[in-house]
Amino acid sequence: MATRQVRRPGSATERYVAQFDAFAADGARGAPAWLKEIRSAALARFTELGFPTTHQEAWRFTSVAPIAETPFAVPARRAGASARRVAPLLVPVESACRLVFVNGRYSAPLSSAGDLPRGVRAGSLAAALDSEPQLLEGHLARHAAYAANPFGALNTAFIRDGAFVHVAEQVDLDAPLQLLFLSAPGARPTVSHPRSLVVVERGARVSVIESYAALDEGIYWTNAVTEVVVAEGAHLELVRPQREATGAFHVATTHTLQGPDSVVRFHPIVFGAALTRHDIVSVLDGRGAELVLNGLYLLAGTQHADHHTVIDHAKPDCQSHEFFNGVLDDAGRGVFNGRIVVRPGAQRTDSKQTNHNLVLSERARADSQPQLEIYADDVKCTHGATLGPLDAKELFYLRSRGLDPGQARALLTYGFGAEIVGRLRHAGVRDALDRLVRDALEAPMHRGALL
Amino acid sequence: MLEIKNLHASVEGKEILRGIDLVVRAGEVHAIMGPNGSGKSTLAQVLAGHPAYAVTAGSVTYLGRDLLEMDPEERSREGLFLAFQYPVAIRGITNAYFLRAALNAARKHRGQPELDPLEFMDLLAEKLRAIDSDDSLMQRPVNDGFSGGEKKRNEIVQMAVLEPRLAILDETDSGLDIDALRTVAGAVDRLRRPDNATVIVTHYQRILNYITPDHVHVLSEGKIVLSGGKELALELESKGYDWVRAEAAV
Repeated sequence: MATRQVRRPGSATERYVAQFDAFAADGARGAPAWLKEIRSAALARFTELGFPTTHQEAWRFTSVAPIAETPFAVPARRAGASARRVAPLLVPVESACRLVFVNGRYSAPLSSAGDLPRGVRAGSLAAALDSEPQLLEGHLARHAAYAANPFGALNTAFIRDGAFVHVAEQVDLDAPLQLLFLSAPGARPTVSHPRSLVVVERGARVSVIESYAALDEGIYWTNAVTEVVVAEGAHLELVRPQREATGAFHVATTHTLQGPDSVVRFHPIVFGAALTRHDIVSVLDGRGAELVLNGLYLLAGTQHADHHTVIDHAKPDCQSHEFFNGVLDDAGRGVFNGRIVVRPGAQRTDSKQTNHNLVLSERARADSQPQLEIYADDVKCTHGATLGPLDAKELFYLRSRGLDPGQARALLTYGFGAEIVGRLRHAGVRDALDRLVRDALEAPMHRGALL
Repeated sequence: MLEIKNLHASVEGKEILRGIDLVVRAGEVHAIMGPNGSGKSTLAQVLAGHPAYAVTAGSVTYLGRDLLEMDPEERSREGLFLAFQYPVAIRGITNAYFLRAALNAARKHRGQPELDPLEFMDLLAEKLRAIDSDDSLMQRPVNDGFSGGEKKRNEIVQMAVLEPRLAILDETDSGLDIDALRTVAGAVDRLRRPDNATVIVTHYQRILNYITPDHVHVLSEGKIVLSGGKELALELESKGYDWVRAEAAV
């Protein structure tokens, strides 16, 4: 990967302008006017911004040159995979519904829409845009800002399909809604732009699983954006296992907006992809809102994962607890940038951030940057980051209890994952994710050559 | 059970133990007392096999075998247990999970079948009852965020589950209030059997009010300078360690 990129501005973006023109002339034609406007504005912004380079502060540690330089094509519409091949890619937990998307498009034959209770709607965004665009107009592309985010802008330009989840007031659903975004890579590199919207109305409670995976190995790019709106007093647990193929590029934005006394528990967990960049923006926009942002990245080979998070305390009396753990083996590289903003007047903010990295190899690397911007005076904000190899004191303690050095190392390593997974509230999903973490740490694939 | 002869050990080139001789037999309770810096904790760590300490001379025989040749994990599986002065926190691993891994390592070593989670939880409940402890710490990560008293109590829970033949308690009484001390000491006392032995390493006499030692040894500057019965602990309490130093100098 070149650190210095000499590139004519716009040259890498032309391909996507051409794809947009074809999209606008065909698949996007029937869209409502407001959406067409949003798409065009977003494409214009994308061409202005271009692909970021490592000279830009927010991209200092993450080169997207391989994305900019690869000629990604729009995937051919295909019939889709067999249910038999999809089954192992689902998170094994009793779910209220299972929605499967292939290359960004909803696949009815692979999905089981389930018998959802009254007031719960979960399906294809494209279908909702066709039938009830007024349900979406107030939220879709209204929250996730793309002015400084070229990937978000590109996704917005190509808004077409993804998941749409709407949970009506006071509905309480225990079984999770499961969304699975699959890529089916072909002979040539392809890109998909899944776009999802989750709206949880007042007082409702729901769990959502948002998975990313692939049907085959191959080179492809997932460029996803998910907007999440959680109204007053509502609770959402969002679990996001990313299990892309080893040759994949995964770029995503998750934007959450919370009303008063709402609770969001968001667990982004990275297992896969050669390159991951996930921007998370969480806005606590109502008094008494609570956010648990609890992430994990398990990286080996030459995997690279970059999390940029912004927690925006816009109103008083909100709490945010941010925990990110990383396990970095081989030449794995983890980047964490955690910005906490406390707006003027957001008094009695209680914010805690930790980023713990376990560096298992001399070639692995972790970078951690907290950024606190506090404009109120009565606040409690703490942050801490650690990085390093397994602790000699901990190893001796475990050996003194009969574990051999290999068992002790495995247990301590698993602990970095278990600490994060242990914060999942839904027991069934927690057990399933715990299994995925163990498998990932044991699998020889985790240390296979990537890229 | 344990025979230490002329044991010398150093850390980072500095000699801490300067010729320890000690014999511990099954069924006995020994107290090793001494002022700060006398080498008490070093002795405990050396017996557990801490890699930072280098044994420069002497021998340690445990159950007829050369203890110093054994890895720390083998010492544990053979029934040697060190209750740490500063128990270590383990991120993300619950006590129950950790204890099962430790117990199964020992069971496998002894050729016994490993316990599955359900069997283990039954055994754990029984062990907790035996030492009059509750299970409030069991689903929390090992020592993570525990108070000083909880950490010490947790060491004793581990001891109850692992059923050591030789338990070494390193300053297990330090930092405990009187109620916690009574609880911990009571648990240790209940775990005594004719076929196991306990070595209590302590600065203060007070834990010996609850566990009566058969032998008391005073360590000073890396050597045992005085040995006696339980009355020695009381004498130390009233006269202080300076008295021992003066006695030893004679």
